[in-house]
Amino acid sequence: MSSELYANLAWLPQPPPDFRARCRAVADDARADGRALAALANHALNENRLRQLADAVRALRARDGALAPLTPFTLGVVGNVTLEPLVPTLIGSAPRHGIALECVEGDFAQTVQEAMSPDSRINRARPDAVLLALDFRGLPLASGFYDGATARDVVAGAVAHVDALRAAFRANGGARVIVQTLAPPPESAFGSFDRIVPGTVRSLCAAFNAALVESVRDGEDVILDVATLAETVGLADWHSPRQWNVAKLPFDARFLPLYADHVCRVVGALRGKSRRCLILDLDNTLWGGVIGDDGLEGIVLGQGDWTGEAYLDVQRTALALRERGIVLAVSSKNDDAVARRPFAEHPDMLLREDHIAVFQANWNDKATNIAAIAEALSLGLDAMVFLDDNPVERGLVRQALPQVAVPELPADPALYARTLAAAGYFEAVTFSEEDRKRASFYQDNARRLALQGQIGDLDAYLASLQMRIVFRPFDATGRSRITQLVNKSNQFNLTTRRYDESEIARFEADPAALTLQVRLVDVYGDNGMISVIVCVPAGERTWEIDTWLMSCRVLGRRVEHMVLREIVEQARARGIERIVGRYLPTERNGMVRDHYAKLGFRLVSDVGGTTTWELDTADEPPAASMEVDRSGFELTTA
Amino acid sequence: MSLDEIYQRLTEILREVFDDDTVTARPDLTADQVAGWDSFAHLRVIFTVEQAFGVSFAASEISGLKNVGELAQLIQAKKSGS
Repeated sequence: MSSELYANLAWLPQPPPDFRARCRAVADDARADGRALAALANHALNENRLRQLADAVRALRARDGALAPLTPFTLGVVGNVTLEPLVPTLIGSAPRHGIALECVEGDFAQTVQEAMSPDSRINRARPDAVLLALDFRGLPLASGFYDGATARDVVAGAVAHVDALRAAFRANGGARVIVQTLAPPPESAFGSFDRIVPGTVRSLCAAFNAALVESVRDGEDVILDVATLAETVGLADWHSPRQWNVAKLPFDARFLPLYADHVCRVVGALRGKSRRCLILDLDNTLWGGVIGDDGLEGIVLGQGDWTGEAYLDVQRTALALRERGIVLAVSSKNDDAVARRPFAEHPDMLLREDHIAVFQANWNDKATNIAAIAEALSLGLDAMVFLDDNPVERGLVRQALPQVAVPELPADPALYARTLAAAGYFEAVTFSEEDRKRASFYQDNARRLALQGQIGDLDAYLASLQMRIVFRPFDATGRSRITQLVNKSNQFNLTTRRYDESEIARFEADPAALTLQVRLVDVYGDNGMISVIVCVPAGERTWEIDTWLMSCRVLGRRVEHMVLREIVEQARARGIERIVGRYLPTERNGMVRDHYAKLGFRLVSDVGGTTTWELDTADEPPAASMEVDRSGFELTTA
Repeated sequence: MSLDEIYQRLTEILREVFDDDTVTARPDLTADQVAGWDSFAHLRVIFTVEQAFGVSFAASEISGLKNVGELAQLIQAKKSGS
């Protein structure tokens, strides 16, 4: 159900199963600060977990006071609704938006008294803002079948009531006010005709919302658009008659985490915590497919194809963000020239190079690239959002750079744009001419940065992926996939030899050849067949690597080292003493020019770019960095 | 669903809701025996139970419950479709 995206905050990763214990651990840890709270808050938390986190926030505040680097904010909370469940969910959600929140709760349904009395609890606390949690039942908006003029008076009266409360909190408490638009109940008096009759609840709420917006515009107070939030998840789900009747809850309790997140977005925006930059992956994020392998003609983008349109939606979203002042950058594992081609030449691309302030396409890890982007733009890591379809890349960046927001994405690209928007990273409370022009300040035309050093502990992250590499010889089952890879792979391909199925079948049956179909399984699932190897006899006790290709999707995970280990072990078992590798350069495989050098082979010859390399099987092979699963071979020890 | 399974899951739920590893669901457990089990916490217990067991309670069903035993029996009745 689409509303689950919102209700369950599906752009946030699931909390660890020991979340409660971690909250306690943070509360007890003398060295824990606001960062630990933010790390816990950056999960999809239900009401119970938000309360557990709120307890940790309070415990830490009691011990340390400030909760740096979170920004403190005091929020008064009043309304005609049950406030008790709102407070801990607000406090638990706030660290997600860089805020250390304290709440001052008004007495139940004593909104007017809290506002008008200079020594009410809220006014004495002099909060930074007051959340006016009034729903349609808490305002003088008596519905009736009266005429338009009367309806206008009723609405004006209700707006005046809210204006008076705002003025009172400002004068008596020194606080700005967060006012809510009204979500009408789904029930109607007539049906569609309710919109025509001015005194129905529906018409009154709509008129009130419009008038409230006008009243608040250009002032210090801000809107929390509950009307739109309720419509988004559906009025019938938002309003729960049972929960109102039993507990005076203004909306179904399962939307508490969503509501709290929206309030905290506004609070965060008031303190300048909204994100400022969107960093985009390319392959399978901005277009379908892999540009390096599929080429300009092969990537899926637009053209009436429903997947192609989904990727265009992502581009449209990015472009619209840029138009309101959000900076765009690219971080992609690709050859730079190859990655830029669609921007320059694909007719369906909406994003062009000059929409991108920094364009990082290289084979280094993304955490290092993102840190470089942040520095080049003089923006903090906490201003960044990183969009990538690959859960392994997302995990790496979250671990190395926890301040960067990395939304979870669903399996279906049709929901990428919606998920990014639902996450609300770019909430604003103002919009100026300067904002409109901001993107052009970064018009350095897709700068490319040189990287210094490396961020984060890559080896530890890789170990956490629990990878298992699976080696099998060529077989009938894998034949068609092997053939596909052999013919499709352009970038990580040492010799680019193309074989059809019958030739692959011949390798299968050849007892003198070593054939490997390689799969990789990790904590996110089975990546399928990601590498193909063929070694053939080439002289006395010598093998030559006829074919070595790999999917770029598993670069940077030391798969190549594990494959070499396997080749060496199998070679030794068959009495092979020397392995020869060749690199045949093409327009597309520049990235593997140094492949054999990196694996410890020595260069034997270089003829116009075509290089030949050698390795002794007696040499120490690379250390194992993952579990190996091997079967189907007849290994005889020499 | 067996009563044993229900009590096991209720224990997990009570521990989550009250952030207390010493709470154990048993038939004669009442709200006043658990620290923090006020009317708001009661609603949270009910909502969490509804989500965890995939059932839905009417207001009249909730207001009549005297102890955890009656809640467990209500859950069992709902899960068996009666």
